[in-house]
Amino acid sequence: MTSDNRTVVVTGIGAFTPLGADAASTWEGLVAGRSGVSPLEDEWAADLPVRIAARTAVDPGEVLPRPLARKLDRSAQFALIAAREAWADAGFTTPATEDGSPIAPERLGAVVASGIGGVTTLLDQYDVLKEKGVRRVSPHTVPMLMPNSPAANVGLEVGARAGVHTPVSACASGAEAIGYAIEMIRTGRADVVVAGGTEAAVHPLPIAAFANMMAMSKNNEHPQQASRPYDKARDGFVLGEGAGVVVLESAEHAAARGARVYCEAVGQGLSSDAHHIAQPEPTGAGVARAIEQLLESTDVNPAEVVHVNAHATSTPQGDTAEIKALRRVLGDHLDHIAISATKSMTGHLLGGAGGIETVATVLALHHRTAPPTINVDDLDPEVDADIVIGEPRALPAEGSITALNNSFGFGGHNVVLAFRTI
Amino acid sequence: MATQDEVLSGLAEIVNEIAGIPAEDVELDKSFTDDLDVDSLSMVEVVVAAEERFDVKIPDDEVKNLKTVGDAVNYIIANS
Repeated sequence: MTSDNRTVVVTGIGAFTPLGADAASTWEGLVAGRSGVSPLEDEWAADLPVRIAARTAVDPGEVLPRPLARKLDRSAQFALIAAREAWADAGFTTPATEDGSPIAPERLGAVVASGIGGVTTLLDQYDVLKEKGVRRVSPHTVPMLMPNSPAANVGLEVGARAGVHTPVSACASGAEAIGYAIEMIRTGRADVVVAGGTEAAVHPLPIAAFANMMAMSKNNEHPQQASRPYDKARDGFVLGEGAGVVVLESAEHAAARGARVYCEAVGQGLSSDAHHIAQPEPTGAGVARAIEQLLESTDVNPAEVVHVNAHATSTPQGDTAEIKALRRVLGDHLDHIAISATKSMTGHLLGGAGGIETVATVLALHHRTAPPTINVDDLDPEVDADIVIGEPRALPAEGSITALNNSFGFGGHNVVLAFRTI
Repeated sequence: MATQDEVLSGLAEIVNEIAGIPAEDVELDKSFTDDLDVDSLSMVEVVVAAEERFDVKIPDDEVKNLKTVGDAVNYIIANS
């Protein structure tokens, strides 16, 4: 490979999600078909039209020491916990800035995104301003609420000096971050990049706002059945929170230090709809362009694609538009692709979705198992594809297999990531 | 008026809350920045918490002079 087209692999994974406090328990929850959604019992939720969410299985305050946690927005707390897990999982024991580190800080990057940044810090500190006055507003407010805060804090943690970045594209942010990180390594800017997505937006204002857009499920009576991608009765997404982070590395660097490799991160396909600020393009044309761009810019063999972790948020329009796009590009081969909508279990983590779904996709290849889609009691006849319903499904045990992870965001952003067994 | 010990133990609780330093390690000769892991942003928190606790005003211009715990204790006793 030339220096501007290097092979990129995944050497570490970390997750802090509604299903578990690490990647292993999250995966266990996914293959068990467990829902992470629960009622919001908080007083502030009482008057909201939506009173359900998929909160993290463990409170980050139980994991991080209090003096650290109080200086971090919840989204950065999630990212830091997941990044620490991924960093250790990749076999790194110290920050890159310490003597003896197998990676030089100048060759290490961090790309972590969120869709809406430190929104709870912003709103909580506005409450402080109104109720207690100017003097009581935390001096940590700005570094907590800035959308690049999770990336910056992860970069500080691991000692990244090749660049710390935060692409923002609403619900595609996490996937865009991972795509950006793949490019950093592929083109030679870095040898290792810690990348992922995080979100912490379970607060009355974002919930009221999303609910007023008619984007959320109002199935308060049955929280665990509310997120139901591809089911005829789907009525919107369920808000989730958490983070998923991976360690990406040049294949050469990983081999040189003898790192365990989960799979190859082959590349990304990107496009934008220019259709509507918040509606998906109903024919799936924009998503199809992203998949085509992936196939043009990488050596992904469509015949080897056996699994898609779909964006599928459980909205009436979006779920079917994505399937139309997959059918348009992949044709009859789509009948041989196991499609999973893991948001049926995790809820929709907005900018965190691309992070945790990349972890799920990497593990699906690693275990050669597609996680199930739950709550599909009555498959929408417009969903003309092979959805993995109810139970996990074995992927081909032999040979090279490829999986895609789709993420799309308000604003018409389409990101398709491709991973392949080594 | 508060005694030196009362102010010191009150400050120690504040520093413990904000920086996680054990209260018994917060001694008069300790530097907030170098010894107690209180950076410039956290120092603002310490100051605001101390103002509230000891009913004292610590102007922004004065904060840079409060390098050690002893500096803060003396300022609080002199101005409360």
